[in-house]
Amino acid sequence: MKKSNIIMLLAAIFPLALFIFPLWNITLEAPQYPIPLGMNIHINDFADANPYDIKNINLMNHYVGMKYIPEAIPEFKIFPIGIIVSTIIGLLIAFKGNYKWFLGWFVLMIVLSSAGIYDFYIWEHDYGHNLDPKAIMKFTNPDGSVMGFQPPLFGTKHILNFTAHSYPRLGAFFLGLGIATSLLAFFIGKKSHKKALNI
Amino acid sequence: MKQIFKLSVGFLMIAMAFTSCNNSKSSKSNSALNSNAAEKVYVAPGEYDEFYAFISGGFSGQLSVYGLPSGRLFKVIPVFSQDPEKAYGYNEETKPMLNTSHGFIPWDDSHHPDISQTGGKLDGRYVYINANNTPRIAKIDLTTFETTEIIEIPNSAGNHSSSFVTENTEYVVAGTRFSVPIPQRDMPIKDYKGNFKGSLSFLKVNPENGEMSIKFQLLMPGFDYDLSHPGRGKSHGWFFFTTYNTEEANSLLEVNASQNDKDFIAAINWKKIEEYVNNGGGTKIPSEYAHNLYSDENHTATSTMMHEVLQVKPSDVPGAIFLLPTPKSPHGCDVDPTGEYIVGNGKLSANLTVHSFTKMLNAIENKKFAGEAYGIPILKFEDVLAGVVEQPGLGPLHTEFDGKGNAYTSFFISSEVVKWKLGTWEVLDRKPTFYSIGHLMIPGGNSANPFGKYLLAMNKITKDRYLPTGPEVTQSAQLFDISGDKMELLLDFPTIGEPHYAAGIPANLITANSKKLYKLEDNKHPYAAKSDADTKVTRNGNEVHIQMTMIRSHFSPDNIEGVKVGDKVYFHVTNLEQDYDVPHGIAMIGANTSELLIMPGQTETFVWEPKQVGVWPFYCTDFCSALHQEMQGYVRVSPSSSDIKLSWSLGDDF
Repeated sequence: MKKSNIIMLLAAIFPLALFIFPLWNITLEAPQYPIPLGMNIHINDFADANPYDIKNINLMNHYVGMKYIPEAIPEFKIFPIGIIVSTIIGLLIAFKGNYKWFLGWFVLMIVLSSAGIYDFYIWEHDYGHNLDPKAIMKFTNPDGSVMGFQPPLFGTKHILNFTAHSYPRLGAFFLGLGIATSLLAFFIGKKSHKKALNI
Repeated sequence: MKQIFKLSVGFLMIAMAFTSCNNSKSSKSNSALNSNAAEKVYVAPGEYDEFYAFISGGFSGQLSVYGLPSGRLFKVIPVFSQDPEKAYGYNEETKPMLNTSHGFIPWDDSHHPDISQTGGKLDGRYVYINANNTPRIAKIDLTTFETTEIIEIPNSAGNHSSSFVTENTEYVVAGTRFSVPIPQRDMPIKDYKGNFKGSLSFLKVNPENGEMSIKFQLLMPGFDYDLSHPGRGKSHGWFFFTTYNTEEANSLLEVNASQNDKDFIAAINWKKIEEYVNNGGGTKIPSEYAHNLYSDENHTATSTMMHEVLQVKPSDVPGAIFLLPTPKSPHGCDVDPTGEYIVGNGKLSANLTVHSFTKMLNAIENKKFAGEAYGIPILKFEDVLAGVVEQPGLGPLHTEFDGKGNAYTSFFISSEVVKWKLGTWEVLDRKPTFYSIGHLMIPGGNSANPFGKYLLAMNKITKDRYLPTGPEVTQSAQLFDISGDKMELLLDFPTIGEPHYAAGIPANLITANSKKLYKLEDNKHPYAAKSDADTKVTRNGNEVHIQMTMIRSHFSPDNIEGVKVGDKVYFHVTNLEQDYDVPHGIAMIGANTSELLIMPGQTETFVWEPKQVGVWPFYCTDFCSALHQEMQGYVRVSPSSSDIKLSWSLGDDF
């Protein structure tokens, strides 16, 4: 097996770590929560960072009319299938394909990840803006529009008394590592191909 | 895991070694100034105290939890007295805790907390404490800081030489102070002498869950058994009790029980008696007593009446009990960390008597007896004496140890703490207390491994120490730094009730195990409503059961109709919160009981018997959220002849 194909093999395997480690994390800090509230987003589950965190996030959010974080969303079925399918494709390429296919897999993964992030943004936006009209507390922005409570897609943001942090977790790093490694496999494959031609 | 534990213990030791070095240095360099007391007790906002102090509430019947060195009060744990703040002894779940063979008793006098031990060291699992008046022993679970067991001690009166644990918490011991007829009977009081008996009860502790059961009662002569302590290390397997009124007087004891030049310390080889009992020894005697257990699973206590105890007479087990002559009505009976020295604090003596365990064993082996009392051999005073601390002060009561070879004795009459050296018996230091010290406490001072950094003096009288509050003023504790050669007074702080005695422990032995909430899914209360779907109101004759939930910030249901005058309405209320420190309370207008204060995941019940027609509100009593003031509801009460059906609702769902 060629060196580049071995690297491509690793690239295809890395995203499987998403089945073990969380993809993303949202953490809410406030003075009353010396241990912040947090939610780990896995590809198939929303999980408490500490016991009962999601229940307590829901309890907080009901004051401003935000919906409960659902037990399950369709994505929890789609994401795992996406990861498994793309891994199988990656493995096939690693065993059978050449460096051009590696680039193809790289592009495929970029597209899929972008779609995932976009989906996450849509969900966040809805979660933060689709508020119960009978909400206990209603807040408006300085311009008079209804205040939304969308957590940041990436980064840190102040929302009323909370500071919300939204950052990737180990699963996302493995996904990114897989994608980057496939690009590496492509360049190494291309280089060795050129070398072979020159000889 | 064990490795990690060992490592962390190792680090702790190193850390402590460094701290103590620093302390001794700084106390030397600052001794001239002596002005850093404030710094030593200052615990900055948000920081934790180094030690817990569990201070008994004396005649309040409770146990208070303080931090040391700050002297800040964290919690009052209701034990033997009702507490309307926490609904202890008021709600249906905890009423059985205060049941006895005499019926429900709302109060007692709590005296001697002792922390469970493993291998002679504090293990931080449980605190045991005695009720003095109606003899009982309670267990407080240190994961929840709640009273989870109370066992009554039959054939006992003035349960004072209690509740001390052996070095592996094999037993909790409860000795009677007053001798009484056993079994109780109608007889002339003047026939006390020779007829009354003193019972010493050995309560076996279940190592799994800390639960107590009376293994045997030893029927001793009719003296007063004042205090006790277990042997440890080399003397493990023995228990020592001070006695007074060996004169067996039944009236004007202050004179008549102070005539003998020497009373006794009774040394009891409990291992020998245990063996005798395990081999079928002892006599089962009818005795009524209550055994009350609280479960964190169903959040409910049950009271079981027991009907007999196993009694053992000293003559049944020869060679297990001996009397050590000790001058002048000894009060405290304290055993040093090595188990060699037994200090008899003769409260009317000018000297402090210390017995030697090794000498005692030799004297027993050589059968050198001075006589006997009711068949129990009396050893010769000179044969068992280790030494005498000469003229240390007036009215010695109690002694504790720092683990560095020093002992600290409280002197009630001369109102001071005196530090002296074990073995040489020389007085090293003395400091006045303000005023009239009773017990004193060094964290772990009751074990083989004391933490000799602080000493807490518990004072009976305060007079001018605090702002006046009318004729009744607070009692008080005083904290001393004992890390240096000389004791240094750091702090006065007021206490609840009488700070009778205390047990101290490094905080890190407890904090990691302290529960934050009760898991709702584990709640097995028969009337728990674990979600809105479980809420309901049911009628059974004139009993109405409301199964209600509470969560920020509403009750479900909050409108209830169909209740009638003459009904007995049970509010079974479940707190659905699963967040640390979000309790809710509930109180009903006109209910002849206390509020409920319900922790997350817990169910509690109060009873309301409406007497008047109308629409009556209830509300949340613990400020729970920004919408706490909205957390309220109504019950409609109709005439007893009304035929309005039960109905209940929340919000729009009618």
